[in-house]
Amino acid sequence: MADVTLLSVRKLVKRFGGLLATDHVDLDVRASETHALIGPNGAGKTTFIAQIQGELSPDEGEIIFGGRNIARDAAWRRAVQGLARSFQITSIFPQFTALTNAVLAVQAQAGHSFRFGRPALDDAALTEPAHAALSAIGLDHRAHVRAVALSHGEQRQLELAMALAMRPKLLLLDEPMAGMGRQDTARMTEILRKLKTQYSMLLVEHDMSAVEALADRVSVLVAGRVVASGSFAHIRADAQVRAAYLGEKHR
Amino acid sequence: MRQPSPRFLLTCALLLLLALAPLSATFVGNDYPLIVLTRVVILAMAAVSLDLILGYGGMVSLGHAAFLGIGAYAVGIMTAQDVTSGFLQWPLAILAAAVAALVIGALSLRTRGVYFILVTLAFAQMVYFLSVGLDAYGGEDGLVIPTRSQFGLLNLTNRTTFYFLCLALLVATIALVAHLARTRFGMVLRGAAMNERRMRALGFPVYRYRLAAFVIAGALCGLAGILLANHSEFVSPSVMNWGRSADLIIMVVLGGMGSAVGPLLGAMVFMLAEETLSHVTTYWQLVFGPLILIFVRFARSGLVGLFPERAGDG
Amino acid sequence: MSLLIDQTLNGVQLALLLFLVAAGLTLVFGIMDFMNLSHGSLFMMGAYFAATFVALTGSFVLGGLLAILCTTLLGLAIEAIWLRPLFGRGHLDQVLGTFGLVLFFNDFVRLVWGPAGRTLAVPQALAGQVSLGPTFSYPVYRLVLIGVGLLVAAGLYLLVQRTKTGMIIRAAASDRDMAGAIGADVTLVSTFVFGLGAALAGLAGLFAAPLLTVQIGMGDNILILALVIIVIGGLGSVRGAFLAALIVGLIDALGRAYLPELLRLVLSPVAASTAAGALSSVAIYILLALVLLVRPQGLFPARGAR
Repeated sequence: MADVTLLSVRKLVKRFGGLLATDHVDLDVRASETHALIGPNGAGKTTFIAQIQGELSPDEGEIIFGGRNIARDAAWRRAVQGLARSFQITSIFPQFTALTNAVLAVQAQAGHSFRFGRPALDDAALTEPAHAALSAIGLDHRAHVRAVALSHGEQRQLELAMALAMRPKLLLLDEPMAGMGRQDTARMTEILRKLKTQYSMLLVEHDMSAVEALADRVSVLVAGRVVASGSFAHIRADAQVRAAYLGEKHR
Repeated sequence: MRQPSPRFLLTCALLLLLALAPLSATFVGNDYPLIVLTRVVILAMAAVSLDLILGYGGMVSLGHAAFLGIGAYAVGIMTAQDVTSGFLQWPLAILAAAVAALVIGALSLRTRGVYFILVTLAFAQMVYFLSVGLDAYGGEDGLVIPTRSQFGLLNLTNRTTFYFLCLALLVATIALVAHLARTRFGMVLRGAAMNERRMRALGFPVYRYRLAAFVIAGALCGLAGILLANHSEFVSPSVMNWGRSADLIIMVVLGGMGSAVGPLLGAMVFMLAEETLSHVTTYWQLVFGPLILIFVRFARSGLVGLFPERAGDG
Repeated sequence: MSLLIDQTLNGVQLALLLFLVAAGLTLVFGIMDFMNLSHGSLFMMGAYFAATFVALTGSFVLGGLLAILCTTLLGLAIEAIWLRPLFGRGHLDQVLGTFGLVLFFNDFVRLVWGPAGRTLAVPQALAGQVSLGPTFSYPVYRLVLIGVGLLVAAGLYLLVQRTKTGMIIRAAASDRDMAGAIGADVTLVSTFVFGLGAALAGLAGLFAAPLLTVQIGMGDNILILALVIIVIGGLGSVRGAFLAALIVGLIDALGRAYLPELLRLVLSPVAASTAAGALSSVAIYILLALVLLVRPQGLFPARGAR
């Protein structure tokens, strides 16, 4: 199972005017793997994730997922095919409850929504998986709280819960711990460690202790290029990587 | 048994008030209040249809009155061609409005934000100019509609009968929009209005749902146009100039966006304000204009904000 | 042939008139992301001021300059009193707020000038025709309009592309927050752009007054045409507004002139004339539809994706 490649990115290029944000990147994610993507600020990690998810179109290169090149597919199609992204800057439905947020994620994967019959929130086919996703993250006790009223840490958890509710083949997690304090970070790391066994992930993170605890493989992105790839120990010892992180302390 | 929410009580109160309206003729001695209220009910229906896309869907359409016009003109033109049976007129007129909404929506929804507002305005103007160009049907002067739609036993010429028909259709429209908002379809619309980027990331092809909503709203507004044509026994391009589209937006926002009963309240207050102000001074827009600005600055959540619903998103 | 030249010049003249109105509008949209439906009212006020001041002073030039000055001051006053509270609020609020202003001005004009409208004659000095070749002559006034319009367009181009102020304007139109972050005084730029737009609208109103009837609501049609133009041209782009205005003006003038003939090739004369009438007025909306299909962000979008 671990030999199956879920996602294969080949020679991906993205330019913004004169800036080469993604520089011929090769990267793959295997089934059941947690592949971390790290790099200094401005390296282009979010841009990279955005291209895989479909928010941005690459200029060159291929993104092979589910046996085909999805680089020209619309973002929503990729989501339906099993790519779930969580955003670095929380992107939820603030006026909806946590439960409704999760329900929408479930609904998106439940066929088309041209259904004019039963109210969505009265439909157990939607609410039960939504509750399950919230439970997996430990947020179910806050199911009926408006998302805007949740704490920052809870909102980050909701981000993750929505990604899970999509029943994805591959999770694209963009700094799930962004803006969290130490306690929340530890809690989130624990949640992700439990999810590791059930999901395949491409995880962008800054927090090195989380990366060390979770990653099976680490790739380092600097100025749009992958400069090193391997186990966490291997990366930590790599001279180029150390140079790129000069001045950045281990958090 | 749950306690009825203030919002629910408001809705019942308003509908009861409207149901008793025909009694006003006995008090006042003439039909004038009933005629005004019929118009209020019809415009309220148009406003509720707009609320589906504006209030729930977040699509600021500055051209919604075009569908009023299309429904009304369809009836007018068919009557002029001696097609007076309501059973034929009404479905065809609604279809005309729906098709127009499909075309306009398909093109307009390719744009975002400011562009969308301007483009819906432009297309409505196009429909307006097309009707001005219809010399055979009155052009700018408009078209008299000598007979109301014929429905056999149902006599639309009777003011009370017609009023109750309009009221029934209004109630049905409110119920429909309120129901739609809670269905999977409605949730997609509402989610997309809140965070379109997230909706796409979840896997929703947002454009399709918005287009469908646009067509439904256009068709409902076309039905309101049909009623308007029967009510005034006249139709002219001025039914759909952009000022009328703006009026509809004001009614929705004034009453409260994203609430099925808000536009009704908004329509009633708007028409009441217009009536009273124009009796006070012929330059009522001098007052009305600044009033709108004041409202926008200080009371934007609309009048239904004073009548809370029960908690939850259903 | 002379019909072709005549109609082409008419189209250009219409285009420049529309450009004067659209230029200010597109800058306000681009820089302040502000839906200003009341811009047509400034055009209307410019025309009314022109009719009044020219009658008072007896001089087209003096009266005209006064009219432009008053329109500019009026525009700045509106910005400070009515519009500033709407900046930064959503587009819906701006639609409602500026619509209220349109209503206000329509009745204001009726109160001050009465419901009947005004006329303004073409100034004596410009009243004749000038011959542009052996068989063709064209009204002097319209030629002057074209000339002044082109001068203003050139001046705007220089301002926006070649001056420091223009650079700040373009930066703010492209990304307002960024422009502020690098130290540009965006509020001052906004006020300047607003005043400039008002002046241009006033100038357009002055020039249009002898050609159209000065009446209540004359701003509405111009506004909508200007809005179509800035959508086609791309919000925030003066270049785009110019090009789009040219296209729209030419389509309108040439369409009205030649469409009946073209349609008579395939339809009966009565049907052709009806269809031509309808098509001429909607031709630009069909153009808008085409542009939306192919390039929804306009010909020269000034702003990055928002």
